[in-house]
Amino acid sequence: MSKILYAAGWVMTLRERRAWIRLAVAVAAYAAYLAVVLGNAGGRPLAQAGYAAALLWSVGGSVAAAVVLEMITGAGRRGGASSRLTDVRDREIGRLGDYIGQSFVVIGAVAAMLMAMAGWERFWIANVIYLCFAASAVLGNVAKVLAYRGSLPQW
Amino acid sequence: MVKPTRVTNSIRALRFARGEMTQAELADLIGVTRQTVIAIEQGRYSPSLEMAFQIAHAFKVPIDEVFHYPGSEQEAR
Repeated sequence: MSKILYAAGWVMTLRERRAWIRLAVAVAAYAAYLAVVLGNAGGRPLAQAGYAAALLWSVGGSVAAAVVLEMITGAGRRGGASSRLTDVRDREIGRLGDYIGQSFVVIGAVAAMLMAMAGWERFWIANVIYLCFAASAVLGNVAKVLAYRGSLPQW
Repeated sequence: MVKPTRVTNSIRALRFARGEMTQAELADLIGVTRQTVIAIEQGRYSPSLEMAFQIAHAFKVPIDEVFHYPGSEQEAR
């Protein structure tokens, strides 16, 4: 089975596996958060819905889930030392993903600052920050996965 | 602007010429992951100059026997 997966190019380095896990966890955590908050609203205006507990559980749960999944998928891996180490290509792909992801963190911070100055409700400020965190994680990890499956862009 | 690499290589041929050396064995020799060797071999990743020299040393050949760039052969004459 592993030979078939390897031939198909689906055997991954630790860093690529980590990117897939973080991408899946980020999408699942944000989807769960949205479902809970929309459920809490129950027809009322969204800004009146309870969100703080769901947001904290979503952030904490996604960090814990990513750590546990990385431990589970990393344990018992077979292959030589070359399948476990992190090399220069991993670092270059990591930098590309972080570079793309960080831009959304900055966008979220600037948006939240402007919204606070304009007197927006805390619900919207917290949610725009969380949305940009989620976008940062999703797009950063999508960029990493695409670079692993395809090639690194050369500017 | 994303540009495809113009660097080609003979790693696959050199591996087979060295007793069918596996990608994993080459990866262990130069200290990278097997996936990086695959990406270089398929032309999806251009290695650093240092890694290119390490690959050439692993095969015990000059670097220009491993990596090729269009136009470099005519210029060498």
